[in-house]
Amino acid sequence: MQEEIVKNVILGEEDDYVINMGPQHPSTHGVLRFEVSLQGETIKKVIPYCGYIHRGIEKMCERDTYPQIIHLTDRMDYLSAHINNEAVCLCVEKALEIEIPERVSYIRTILDELNRIASHQLWWCAMGMDMGALTTFFYGLRDREKILDIFEESFGSRLLHSFNTPGGLMHDVHPGFQKRIKEFISYFRRKLPEYDQLLTDNVIFKERSVGIGVLSREDAIQYGVTGPSGRASSFSCDVRKIEPYGVYDRVNFNEILRTEGDTMARYKVRISEMEESMKILEQLVDNIPAGDFTAKMKAVIRLPAGEFFQRVETARGELGVYIVSDGNKTPYRIKFRSPNFSNLFIISKLAIGFKIADLVAISGSLDLVIPDIDR
Amino acid sequence: MDNSTLRQRLEELTVNAVYPVNKQYTEIIIPAESYHEFCSLLKNSQDMLFDYLISLTAVDWKDHFMIVCHITSTIHRHTIIVKTQLSDYGDPVADTVSDIWRTAEFHEREVFDLFGIRFRHHPDMRRLFLEDDFGFPLRKDFTDESRMIVK
Repeated sequence: MQEEIVKNVILGEEDDYVINMGPQHPSTHGVLRFEVSLQGETIKKVIPYCGYIHRGIEKMCERDTYPQIIHLTDRMDYLSAHINNEAVCLCVEKALEIEIPERVSYIRTILDELNRIASHQLWWCAMGMDMGALTTFFYGLRDREKILDIFEESFGSRLLHSFNTPGGLMHDVHPGFQKRIKEFISYFRRKLPEYDQLLTDNVIFKERSVGIGVLSREDAIQYGVTGPSGRASSFSCDVRKIEPYGVYDRVNFNEILRTEGDTMARYKVRISEMEESMKILEQLVDNIPAGDFTAKMKAVIRLPAGEFFQRVETARGELGVYIVSDGNKTPYRIKFRSPNFSNLFIISKLAIGFKIADLVAISGSLDLVIPDIDR
Repeated sequence: MDNSTLRQRLEELTVNAVYPVNKQYTEIIIPAESYHEFCSLLKNSQDMLFDYLISLTAVDWKDHFMIVCHITSTIHRHTIIVKTQLSDYGDPVADTVSDIWRTAEFHEREVFDLFGIRFRHHPDMRRLFLEDDFGFPLRKDFTDESRMIVK
């Protein structure tokens, strides 16, 4: 009896060796568990288990008013907090059919791109650290600090901003806002080549990423893998191009596409995206029009009865907000189509046949944020 | 295709469909029996090619459930909202579309977890986030008495 239990626990169904990675594993960056079946060191099967940080945000939203919901969306993908806020705001504004001031759209787009750079910096430093290059962690956080300082100066918080409100912004930005962004761009233009020197051209890093975890375009579409991970497999899925919001239709930037689809391609797409984001910032920072920082809104926001859908591009992929309203001040049902939820499950296909150490590289290159999966 | 030509094309294809008013996208309500057949038609017709399922979810309308799919085409760039109504409120069952779009497998698991809607022919119908005896929290009649503070 005892022997049978031991056999089932360790060996699994087909005499594979089964190990658990997580939920407290440092390289999953949160509480996610992979059940990995191994033969020797080669992965035969990966089953992701989520739900360790499920907080029921969608249910909580059914109880809250629209300005309150903004604060909950921060807690999904905390590294794209500003973009998550904007998604709900845009959806509410679309439902109410109100025009928001030009100034608001410009500032929102600038903050989106700053948020995207900060998120990619944290991804870069954490991915390097997962693969054994500890220096990247210090370099990445050093540069991210500059963006967080701009955030702190402008609206008081560094990670979870809640700066957007339906109709506009909480308050106007800091007077030195434009100057600080220009300082940051000239600083980061000098520092970005260091990233390439440190990691991109590193022989050990190349050995561990080129040809590892190849995702085909068909699979990316079938599994709904969006964001930089999808674009590395030449799946053109940038919502900023497909359904432009903010002022993305007025700026020039390229959608970065690569064809290889491996870990290295996903890495390179994000590095190039940081450059594109800086290009967008340069075009916008001098042209912020004067005006109000918010449209005139009623004290209590009631959406007309109906259904509304808004897509935005976060740092990790496509976020969809689906609001069903019955005319009250709280939504009848709200659904967040979060990018990480769809990006996660491809891992059980990508990791097959690779070594257990490659699983860390693959999950690092997918850039998962666990609270966004569970919501 | 823009919304009006897409709607014309859909009217040729289906008989019993209802088209609710939607300012943004084409919206269609399909009877539950022809839901799977219609979805595979959407994906495979050369002039529509709806190959990318953005999101699949459900809404509890207190006497019935509504499955809501947002689907778009990566080639033609048009978007459609497909809905189907599940009339049996006590034991709602729908057809799976996970054989058409793989991502639906996980969205359907989430719907099963939070609404208790089962999907026919689904490859892996287990709960995703919550434990087995939790109940279905996104249903409107859900109350969690074990965690309530009784006054």
